Amino acid sequence: MKKYQVISTISYPKIGANGKTGTWRIFKPILDKAKCVKCLRCWIFCPESAILRNNDESIDIDYDYCKGCGVCAKECALKAITMRREGDQE
Amino acid sequence: MTIMIDTGNYIAAKAAVMAKPDVVAAYPITPQTTVVEGIAKYYSTGEYAGEYICVESEHSAMSACIGASAAGARTFTATSSHGLLLMHEMLHWAALARLPIVMCNINRVVGPGWNIWADQNDSISQRDTGWIQFYCSINQEIFDTVIQAFKLAEHKQILLPVMINYDAFVLSHTTMPADIPDQKDIDHFLPRYEPQWKLDVHNPTTFGNIILPQAYFKVRKAMQDAHEHAKKMIPKINAEWETITGRSYGGLFEEYRCEHAEHILIASGALGAESKIAINRLREKGMKIGLARLRVFRPFPTEEIIRYAEQADLIVIDRNISIGNEGAMCTEIKAALYEKSDAQVTGFVAGLGGTDVTYKDIEKMCTQAVQGKAKSGAWYGLKEDV
Repeated sequence: MKKYQVISTISYPKIGANGKTGTWRIFKPILDKAKCVKCLRCWIFCPESAILRNNDESIDIDYDYCKGCGVCAKECALKAITMRREGDQE
Repeated sequence: MTIMIDTGNYIAAKAAVMAKPDVVAAYPITPQTTVVEGIAKYYSTGEYAGEYICVESEHSAMSACIGASAAGARTFTATSSHGLLLMHEMLHWAALARLPIVMCNINRVVGPGWNIWADQNDSISQRDTGWIQFYCSINQEIFDTVIQAFKLAEHKQILLPVMINYDAFVLSHTTMPADIPDQKDIDHFLPRYEPQWKLDVHNPTTFGNIILPQAYFKVRKAMQDAHEHAKKMIPKINAEWETITGRSYGGLFEEYRCEHAEHILIASGALGAESKIAINRLREKGMKIGLARLRVFRPFPTEEIIRYAEQADLIVIDRNISIGNEGAMCTEIKAALYEKSDAQVTGFVAGLGGTDVTYKDIEKMCTQAVQGKAKSGAWYGLKEDV
């Protein structure tokens, strides 16, 4: 990556340490892999890019960055993702 | 080299096109309109080969220039008066982003009342945006300064936008001859723009992210350092231009008959050109007076002001007013001299609203100041019976 010399507000891409959710998420999505057909609608709609695609097109949820907004659960046609309150027993 | 006999605006358009910008984005406003008309004409004939973006406001014009410049394009625009004021937010943005945009601003009154004549309040009110500000006195200087401005703005240790100001109608619509250098000479003087940072898909960066207080402090300091460096670069670029064209404007100031002067008149813009005639006439009368025509208002040429004050008392004519105080140039000159000099500074406010200021008026102001009959801050030429 080329670094520019000028002193101004230029940001370089890196792992988004500042984008991590921390402790303030209230709801979290729970994925039922048995119901999932790998359609990837959740991956398309997730505003935080917190849906991870595996090589076999199956998905996982990156809880470090997931904000618990519930969009993936709303968009999943097969209800393979449900939202649960943080701390509740799965 | 050819001679072009035309108005300041068409000569500015010619200069802009010969600088080969990649993008021009502009919105018309009197008295700037013929600058962009001129560029549009060159676009239609193919002489201007870059992109011409028609926008719906000056805020958009500056925004388009910012986008283009951030992508690495050499960028030009022009505006005037209320158009410049509408750009205000984006002027700050362009400067803080360190984008070398070049803009002609034709100094016109700010309304109300609705008035299209010359005064400098539009650009003076943008003093603190971080833009380098030039003030031109003749059409030839407009041409030369546009070309020089690109070289200055794009210098890797400067990277700041530049505003070239000249008087509404007095210059913008007045026909004068100007020497136009050959394109190859301009290309040699002003090579292709090599951006120091740009938005680039092959080297992805974002720009304008949130930054913490200390980092912002550092960004501001870097701008200030660039302005200080510009003080050194402006005379150097002027000297380099002189080797090509034989024309020099001195740098931050154009000095005229300042040898052994006991009083030095400081004026800017077209008043500076008119002042030369007044100085000649006063010299003939035996008055030891010279002219230092201020070309660059930002960065402010503090060191030169101190040098003039060591030699002489100063007379300042402002074609602007910082309401509630006095002419802006006069205030800055006094500030530059604080604890450095006890030279007398006599300031006049003249020519507001496009009021005509002739060499005879300038003679009278200088004579009053030299004889100690003028009160600093006086409004010259104000008629109570209008």
